[in-house]
Amino acid sequence: MSLFLIVALPFIGALLPGLMYQAGRQACAMATFLVTLTAFIGLMTHLPAVLAGEVVQARVDWIPSLGLNANFFIDGLGFFFAALILGIGLLIITYGRFYLSREDNMGEFFTYLLLFQGAMVGIVLSDNILMLLIFWELTSLSSFLLIGYWKHLEEGRQGARMALTVTGMGGLALIGGMVLLGNIAGSYDLTVILENREVIQESPMYLPALILILLGCFTKSAQFPFHFWLPHAMAAPTPVSAYLHSATMVKAGIFLMARVWPVMSGTEAWFYLVTGAGLITMVIAAIIALFKSDLKGLLAFSTVSHLGLITMLLGTGTAYGALVAVFHILNHATFKAALFMSAGIVDHEAKTRDITRLGGLRSLMPITFVIATIAALSMAGIPLFNGFISKEMMLKETTKTVLFDMPMLVPVLATIGALFSAAYSFRFIGHTFLGPVRDDYPAKPHDPGVGMWGPPALLCVLVVGIGVAPFLAEPLVFLVTEAVLGNAAELPDEHLKIWHGVNAALYMSIIAVAGGLILLAAFNPMARSWAAAGPPAAKGIFDAIINAFVSVATVITARLHDGALTRYAAIFGVTVVALGVHAYFTGSTTAPTRDMLPMQPVAIVAWLLLLIATCMLLVYHNQRYLALVLTSVVGLVIAMGFAYLSAPDLALTQISVEVVTAILLLLALNFLPRETPIESSALRRTRDGVIAGAAGLAAAGLIYSMLIRDAVGVPISEYHLANSKPGGGGTNVVNVILVDFRGFDTFGEIIVLGIAAVIIYALTETLLSSNVRARLLNRPMGNKAGDAHPLMMVVMTRVMMPIVLMVGVYIFLRGHNEPGGGFISGLVVAIALVVQYMASGFDWAEKRQRYPYHGIIGAGVLIAGLTGIGAFFFDTEFLASSFGYFTIPPFEEFELATALGFDLGVFLCVVGAVLLSLESFSRLGRRSGEQSSEYAMDIDPSREPESEEKGG
Amino acid sequence: MEILIASAVGILTAAGIYLILRKRTFPVILGTAFISYAVNVFLFASGRLAVNQPPVLQKGVELYSDPLPQALVLTAIVIAFGMTAVVVMIGVGAYLSSQDDHIDDLDEVPPGAAVAPKEEGAGS
Repeated sequence: MSLFLIVALPFIGALLPGLMYQAGRQACAMATFLVTLTAFIGLMTHLPAVLAGEVVQARVDWIPSLGLNANFFIDGLGFFFAALILGIGLLIITYGRFYLSREDNMGEFFTYLLLFQGAMVGIVLSDNILMLLIFWELTSLSSFLLIGYWKHLEEGRQGARMALTVTGMGGLALIGGMVLLGNIAGSYDLTVILENREVIQESPMYLPALILILLGCFTKSAQFPFHFWLPHAMAAPTPVSAYLHSATMVKAGIFLMARVWPVMSGTEAWFYLVTGAGLITMVIAAIIALFKSDLKGLLAFSTVSHLGLITMLLGTGTAYGALVAVFHILNHATFKAALFMSAGIVDHEAKTRDITRLGGLRSLMPITFVIATIAALSMAGIPLFNGFISKEMMLKETTKTVLFDMPMLVPVLATIGALFSAAYSFRFIGHTFLGPVRDDYPAKPHDPGVGMWGPPALLCVLVVGIGVAPFLAEPLVFLVTEAVLGNAAELPDEHLKIWHGVNAALYMSIIAVAGGLILLAAFNPMARSWAAAGPPAAKGIFDAIINAFVSVATVITARLHDGALTRYAAIFGVTVVALGVHAYFTGSTTAPTRDMLPMQPVAIVAWLLLLIATCMLLVYHNQRYLALVLTSVVGLVIAMGFAYLSAPDLALTQISVEVVTAILLLLALNFLPRETPIESSALRRTRDGVIAGAAGLAAAGLIYSMLIRDAVGVPISEYHLANSKPGGGGTNVVNVILVDFRGFDTFGEIIVLGIAAVIIYALTETLLSSNVRARLLNRPMGNKAGDAHPLMMVVMTRVMMPIVLMVGVYIFLRGHNEPGGGFISGLVVAIALVVQYMASGFDWAEKRQRYPYHGIIGAGVLIAGLTGIGAFFFDTEFLASSFGYFTIPPFEEFELATALGFDLGVFLCVVGAVLLSLESFSRLGRRSGEQSSEYAMDIDPSREPESEEKGG
Repeated sequence: MEILIASAVGILTAAGIYLILRKRTFPVILGTAFISYAVNVFLFASGRLAVNQPPVLQKGVELYSDPLPQALVLTAIVIAFGMTAVVVMIGVGAYLSSQDDHIDDLDEVPPGAAVAPKEEGAGS
């Protein structure tokens, strides 16, 4: 099966549980199981190749210029982790099916679980480190959803947030580290990076890259001092804890350390950082774990401790250390997942997982007891269980590891860690299952169905199998170790066996087990003193830091973002100008390359007009009607400017939009106060004037420096000019760009325009159905025209109507070759229709309107879209136009282009949008009790006198 | 000629920003219209200025002004109308609902009211 498919399957499959939700819990779990099983089988098809030592690759160049490629590869290490993720995933899905209660939304749960699974598989199979980073972040996000799955639990929500904060920050550091690493190696492909050990270790950026990558790994794998999030994540449902927080996600950091082991390890910095962090984590977490009375809390800290152990082994930088690390990853995944599931069973059946309320479950839950005991003894490091072998090998490695020139330091600390590890394992068994049967359990405990004990039992078979016959796991462990080592080291000449002879490791092991038993015997007095003088809770420190950030952010937000638009605008304006000035004075410019155009008198006159109108506006903007008139003057000057500077299409558009905008604002002013009261102080006005002046100067300077230089590169317009006629069949290049070269843009724009009009319609409807309607009816009316619809105007607009429509059609048809086109003719026709509303009244016009304007907008979008789709029938791309020349006697030869159909869509959309907006405003007006005659003219000599009185 | 265009854009920008900094909706709407003018002219001018060279192909004519900014600005003008219409509608609606056309609702949101909830409640 393609590697792409293996990674994609969980993501695609994540849709299924949600869809199957209605089909019931069984179907939901089944779908999830089958998806995972398919991916698992797909993975297994690569087993022969991996065993043969091949590296299977699947490559798709996605954005090669960024080095971002969707590359996957599978070698021993990737295969091992993917098999763990999918294999344990299968067990967890089975377990979760029976663990979740009827109240829990199973579709949601399994969707999150599959998302997480896909992200994890993505991490371990990614070849491209940028892809790996994306999957890395996805695991943080999906685990956030999973930890907070029980949304009603406050601990769940807080634990999820804490996990996301810590692992998310680590993820940010990791991004920096990985990008540095990629830059050093000159490639973002892991397979290439792993070949460049010397280059990377000699680079001055090695240390920063190492620290950043380790930050990512340590946060993910809960290493000291970032270990505190993992215990809080235990608020998650137990299947999640078993899956994410023992077997998979927390191993992602370990995986990454193993992945970059060939190029990053072996240096002093690596040794001290990784071994040191691992050793501290191992010891501290083991001590804390012993005193946890929550079963899952105990297991969480024990997981942290064992992750520390693996980290320490990877840190040694020796081949033997890597071998033991790989072996312990396997062993830990088996016994810890089984332990979590057992703890979940106890919690599920006894309704508590507080050790102090438990005890004596041995006879009540015999199956669970056996499973938990096997797994816990393996964790304690008792012979014949797999945990024993890897622990022995770990202790052997520590005797060869020297930290700070003290040969005894590492072995002693490792023995202490192992001692506490044995102690909490014994406590897990002793205080939960052994002892007298109690009569105060919250619920009557009994063994669950096979669906819940089956998965951990299967894992226990592995625990014992590897423990008794370690040579069975040997090929796999060697294969993975080889992949970890890469070219950096040779596989050590060792074998996995139960009996290593009487050596230092054996003595250390005996001390650990015996000491563990003694600690358990003296547990009660120790626990009391621990409770009295225990270390500070990490959560308090974390919350204090977060709260400090929140208060700082609150203060800044209250200052900058206080809800006042004027304040944002002022801050934004000042910031942009400041940045621009900074760029101007620190950057370099080239000499002017263009000759100035001569200043014609007509241009100067227009400029003066614009200047005067703008200045008057600034002075008189309080009088809103005057301000509107002055704005229109400015708009018309700009239209003139477009016409003068060789942009006829723009001039036509600007003029018609100016008309429509003026009508729109007039309608709006009908409802708004006619004057703006003067509220700003002189100081405030001065401040605003300074900001505005600075911004204006900056804008003028920017555009001026642009205008006196030629474009940096050759403008792509050359292509448009050259291909407009042969490719698009039109000589008006602007129109051909709109309907052909960049037709897709235009298509989006007419949709936006249509949406804007529909928003306006919807807002009007909302307003009219609220208390605004009553307010409108009681609105005091100002002076009204005596003759709202004068005869002269009515007659004149009716005569004009066909002429204007004719002009519209003309502009539309010639648009492809001469200035014009759908946008402009749409505006012209819209104006013709609006004029009828104005002259003859809303009622009269509405009666004669046959098609609703939303329909016209929709039809426009549809026609434009269909024209684009039509291009598929000519075997070209969406919106590529076709054209041909036809002759129908006696007319001249003429051209027909499919672009005309597209332009028709544009035309309809513009007409519909403009009219729908303006009509919406007039609907507001009509509701406000404005008199609207059913006749077009208030005074009509041809009308019968009686009806005239009625209508008046 | 270039200096006229540059100063015109500067004047339009300054007027637009000054109006946007006013306290009532209508001047702010006019301000956005002015900013739109300035931006459209700016974009148009990025094709550099040319007189009597409309980008309409003709036999024997070699020089044309840059058509691409013109096409982009053409749609920008129409979209600006759509945007103005929506903003005006929102402004009118707000005024009709509350009989107040202030743009900053500072009376309802005293400074510092957005203080984040304390730690325990923050998860909800």
